[in-house]
Amino acid sequence: MIDVRGVSKRYGEKVAVDDLTFSVMPGIVTGFLGPNGAGKSTTMRLILGLDAPSSGTVRVNGCAYRDFEAPLHEVGAMLEAHAIHTGRSAYNHLLALAQTHGIPRSRVEEVIELVGLRDVARKRVGSFSLGMGQRLGVAAALLGDPATVILDEPANGLDPEGIHWIRNLLKGLAAEGRTVFLSSHLMSEMAQTADHLIVIGRGRLIADTSVQEFVRRASSETNVRVRSPQASELRDVLVRSDVEVQSIEPGLLELSGLTGEQIGEIALKARIVISELTPLQASLEEAFMSLTGESVEYRASAGEENETSENVGAAA
Amino acid sequence: MSATETPPAAAAPIQRAFTGRVTQGHVLRSEWTKLWSLRSTRWSLLFAVVAMAGLGVLIAAVSMGRWSHLSPHDRATFDSIDRSLGGYHLAQLAIGVLGVLVISGEYSTGMIRSSLMAVPRRLPVLWAKIAVFASVTFVLMLASAFVAFFGAQAILTEHHVNVTLGHPHALRTLVGTVLFMTVTGILCVALGTIIRSTAGAIATFAGLLFVLPGIVDILPSEIGESINPYLPSSAGGAIAKAIPDAHTLSPWGGFALYCGYTIVLLAIAAYMLVRRDA
Repeated sequence: MIDVRGVSKRYGEKVAVDDLTFSVMPGIVTGFLGPNGAGKSTTMRLILGLDAPSSGTVRVNGCAYRDFEAPLHEVGAMLEAHAIHTGRSAYNHLLALAQTHGIPRSRVEEVIELVGLRDVARKRVGSFSLGMGQRLGVAAALLGDPATVILDEPANGLDPEGIHWIRNLLKGLAAEGRTVFLSSHLMSEMAQTADHLIVIGRGRLIADTSVQEFVRRASSETNVRVRSPQASELRDVLVRSDVEVQSIEPGLLELSGLTGEQIGEIALKARIVISELTPLQASLEEAFMSLTGESVEYRASAGEENETSENVGAAA
Repeated sequence: MSATETPPAAAAPIQRAFTGRVTQGHVLRSEWTKLWSLRSTRWSLLFAVVAMAGLGVLIAAVSMGRWSHLSPHDRATFDSIDRSLGGYHLAQLAIGVLGVLVISGEYSTGMIRSSLMAVPRRLPVLWAKIAVFASVTFVLMLASAFVAFFGAQAILTEHHVNVTLGHPHALRTLVGTVLFMTVTGILCVALGTIIRSTAGAIATFAGLLFVLPGIVDILPSEIGESINPYLPSSAGGAIAKAIPDAHTLSPWGGFALYCGYTIVLLAIAAYMLVRRDA
């Protein structure tokens, strides 16, 4: 279990993480989601004791990372920027890490086998492809058979087969009762792997929710596509209600704020012919974008924002 | 966290076929592996060994070949000990660069984060790097220095200017030269830890040991002469000369000062390693 309490991190003037509080539970896969530069990697470095927080506390299984007697058994981590000397072979890299804890060579060979790097284990890491480097990072993270696994962007550079592999691996680790915490800036990847989501934007917590809840919330923001030979008349009618309307092409509108049934009734009253009425589910990616986008831009000017879209709708 | 929140599987602790923990001894083994598993180490050390063992012998051979051309003064002041060990000037460069790389190489590649995640108390990593690198340097350079000394002396028999290890200053100079190089290696590990960038740390090392003496040289002589003995290069170098120069500190006194400089840098390095974000 990872416990982040009121953590802030400033680098000079720049606030990378701003009063962040969340917990990561064992037994499930927790996704750590946010746009690039949101502070995901910084938060992970704070958890791993690499950077010291400006304020707040971070505990892993109730203990500060720096106080662990055997950190590789407690936490296995892979950071986005590969923390590997490129001049060393994969085997020697893992061996050197294992030796700090007196972990036997047989375990080094075991994790090399597990991530499928046996054929290249004696080659210098500098010659590795992105995907092989990623697998080596996973091997290093699993070296100590840790109770908590932290991976920064594990799917980066992996081919579809590799992504499938890591997804199953992470789910398996969680099923064994481990704490699994992985970051990504891709919502679609998370939706298939994670059970729970921590979403941050600009260093602040935006959402701490189950994936199911997130998906449910995402689909409630339904858009409706309406095709009508009298599209411009329909738009004029709809704009009078509190509705956001966009003209996609002549005769085709997209709007949000009303259900398909409500639109049907409005159209009937106005005697407007409708040839298509399709509810559009916002994709998870869009839901994520709107969620994080709000945190970045909309908070200060929510009123103006509504006005603008109405004007755009009317002008179109 | 209440028990109901915990999935059943989490209740059972993970059963491992192996358990370990971080000890200074374990970290030493790890640093030994790290040192020898890099090509740059093997090349730098090979260069240092060849320079240390070979250059003195080469100088001796050239001196013997040109003996008849030397002035009577040169012949009278010919220092057979210093000539045989002269390779250290070159070997020291390789040792210093490697000392910097031992830690700056980890910063430039990001490896330092893996190292510090495995050893979050951090200082054991620094001590282990120094212990491993200093002992490897000492052993290799001592062996090379003996090869250089005996090889050169064998050649110097041609004109009967050879000395034996029993000569009053011979053993002190030989071991002193090796100690000077070893401490230089440690000083460079400290510089690499403080500066973190390979280029910056090597430039500082070269500046301290090779450029600073040149600058002091062009100062007005009364100022220059009062500063010169306390420069790292003069203080450390005193022990590597059979007959001390007039204006330098005594061999062991100078060496003690050089060790003092190194300890100060090491303390700064240790403080920064622990306090700074990795």
